[in-house]
Amino acid sequence: MTEASNGVLNPTELDTANFSWRRFGGLWRTTGILIPFLVLFITLAIANGQFLTRQNLVVNILYLQAPILIIAAAGTLVLIAGGLDLSVAATFVLAEDVAAGVALHSNPIFAVILALLCGAVVGLVNGFVVAYLRINALIATLAMSFVVAGIAEVATNNTFYSLFDRPSLGKFATQDFLGAQSAIWIALVVVVILGLTLWRSTFGRYVFAAGGNAEAARLAGVRVSRVRITTFVLSGTAAALAGVISLAQTLTTTPYSNESSLAFTVLAGIVVGGTSIVGGDGSVTRTVIGTLFIALIQNGFDLLQFNTFYIPLVTGVILIVAVSLDVWLRQRRR
Amino acid sequence: MPRRNATDGDVQVVNVSKRFGGAPALAEVSVTIRRGEIHALVGENGAGKSTLGKIISGVHSPDLGEILVNGESVNFRSPRDAMDRGIVTIAQELAVVPYLSVEENVFLGAEPRRWGFVRRREMRRRYKELVNRVGFRLPASQMAGSLVTADQQKLEILRALSRDASTIIMDEPSAALSMHEVYALHGVIRSLTASGRTVILISHFLSEVLDLADTITILRDGRVIRSGPANQETENSLIEGMLGRSLGQAFPDKQLAPSESPVLLEVNELCAPGVHDASLRVRAGEIVGLAGLVGSGRSEFASALFGASKVTSGTILIAGKDVTHHDPHQSLREGISLIPESRKEQGLLMGRPISENVSLANLNVLSRLGIVSPTRERNRVSIALENVRVKMASMRTPVSSLSGGNQQKVLFARTTLCEPRVLIADEPTRGVDVGSKRMIYDVLVEQAAAGLGVVVISSELEEVLGLAHRIIVMRAGRFVAELTGEAMTQQAVLEAAFAETATAP
Repeated sequence: MTEASNGVLNPTELDTANFSWRRFGGLWRTTGILIPFLVLFITLAIANGQFLTRQNLVVNILYLQAPILIIAAAGTLVLIAGGLDLSVAATFVLAEDVAAGVALHSNPIFAVILALLCGAVVGLVNGFVVAYLRINALIATLAMSFVVAGIAEVATNNTFYSLFDRPSLGKFATQDFLGAQSAIWIALVVVVILGLTLWRSTFGRYVFAAGGNAEAARLAGVRVSRVRITTFVLSGTAAALAGVISLAQTLTTTPYSNESSLAFTVLAGIVVGGTSIVGGDGSVTRTVIGTLFIALIQNGFDLLQFNTFYIPLVTGVILIVAVSLDVWLRQRRR
Repeated sequence: MPRRNATDGDVQVVNVSKRFGGAPALAEVSVTIRRGEIHALVGENGAGKSTLGKIISGVHSPDLGEILVNGESVNFRSPRDAMDRGIVTIAQELAVVPYLSVEENVFLGAEPRRWGFVRRREMRRRYKELVNRVGFRLPASQMAGSLVTADQQKLEILRALSRDASTIIMDEPSAALSMHEVYALHGVIRSLTASGRTVILISHFLSEVLDLADTITILRDGRVIRSGPANQETENSLIEGMLGRSLGQAFPDKQLAPSESPVLLEVNELCAPGVHDASLRVRAGEIVGLAGLVGSGRSEFASALFGASKVTSGTILIAGKDVTHHDPHQSLREGISLIPESRKEQGLLMGRPISENVSLANLNVLSRLGIVSPTRERNRVSIALENVRVKMASMRTPVSSLSGGNQQKVLFARTTLCEPRVLIADEPTRGVDVGSKRMIYDVLVEQAAAGLGVVVISSELEEVLGLAHRIIVMRAGRFVAELTGEAMTQQAVLEAAFAETATAP
């Protein structure tokens, strides 16, 4: 309504044939997964009395999803800038190992900072390989995930740390504040900062430009390589932060083999949310909804005591539907 | 198997109407296309000429009315149906498979085969036969992707002819071709009709249309204005028919070339990829035209000036300051702006709002502490858009919703926001309709009058002649002629552009 009344509509300038599709596309892109999310939410609330409890919503969903939300928020920026980061799982594990290893012998704050730095360095290398060596992001970060997982394995000599004797790091994730754990608050802060960055900052505009049309962005004075590298650094740091939170939640490190599907879980959340796989379009808000949508499905299976073996199948089908919709709308818009 | 039309090969369009989502694209259109003629369809963008072509070739089916081939009513449901009747389209966007050879592309989908295997020798034999029949040739085993655009177009024509096409629809065939390729294409088109085939030519190059066509049909707002022999039309009568009014003057009045104003751009012996030893001075208020064949190094020169490609030697000075090894980011800050050759590939973010496309190069001015100020952005962008007279519904709609001419003006709005001292416009009116062209010329002249140094690169000779104070002709990466005043003629530019190219490989 407001759109139409603000400007003078000039029918000859608008491609009327595609106009309604563009509208539908626009609607899907802004609300998109929100409507299915709300439907699922209400259905679960009606179907199961436990769903709307604080234990379920805050602990089972938000607290456990906090690490994934953090990685996915940063991953959204990578994807919009035209990249892809598959190395997040390895970085996550490396950060756990570094934080645990350091925390065993010294100050936990120092452990956290060092782990985050490791993540930033992994991101920097990813960005450099993608932007300057011009290697496809999928291949570059796949290779990096082997390298980083390998480093973690060598450095820990393939042993797992537990911090049960020195549990002070645990407070990083479990400290209660206004009825929610610190892990949730950290995730919220990360999501809000990255969301605002993308929405309002010059850097956010450059991210959209770099992924939408890299050559046009370069000729408009955008330093595309720097922008892409920055998104990878953000993604690496976020993966490390997620690793530290996970360590603080469980007080034990996890083997890479247990986490190797993490990158895909994160990607599924981003894409189901409606961020474009080919770059140039998306938002952090949508990623949050997409990630929580997938979490709700898992939660629903648990609460309703369905056979949880079907979760991957359902997630996969939803992913294909979401991506098909993206591709289809893109063609419609031409 | 497709069959050859026996005697009467006319294609008749009778009272055809077509709507897209409520908007009429064609209204009661009737045209007769006679066998063996070159029939041109002209009109502004959106007048319905491409839609008409698509209805004849079976891409769209008419809502009302009918198509007659040989006097017999046909109902095409797909391009395949039209192809069976001998009607084939050579589209604007060419469809060749880059890693297959020329002959494989020509017989794609109709390869001579036995037990599922392609009979290569038979294919080669048929290819040779086809090439001999048609009268132009392409190397049979060359990869199609390595052909220049003009040759890819020939490939598509060969493919059409291998399917025994009797009517060939060409949608803007010369839009992407260089001058001598256009001449070659015109030869091919004439030879097609000489062998009894019909060519339907959709083109916005009026000189081309007048030169080639036997019959011209003018469309405006989905209606046929008139359809008649080409020799009764002139460029002016066509424009009047297309616009419904006369265009007035095609170009703004030329301001006197400034001789005393300061030199803004100074290029000394510049060497860069595709550019050899180029020297140039542009004064404030001056418009310098850069002419030459496609591939002569004009765009490469522009790239090097703007810092988008690496300069190997020589210097570039802006108002006396050395900016030789800058990247585009730095060039913009020093006051050079470039309107790139291809607005879709190098200029715009098609899916993003108009406002973001305008402000992209200037966000540092429109933001505080890295956060874009929405009010400042809205104010500055709307002023810039008004300055170049962009027609739009709202500046928050995606730039892809604008017509070609308005998209181009969005790029001009972006540059005015940068407040450059030197403006380089590479093919500023490519794919722009007649009405918008004049407005873009006005903007260029205004910019020069405001004290900018302007460099205009164009393949349309009249454009360079009509706008520039001075013309530099490029050939094989070098500046080969500089023409001023009375010496600036079409003849002189062509001579300089073509000299020696006939003997060069």
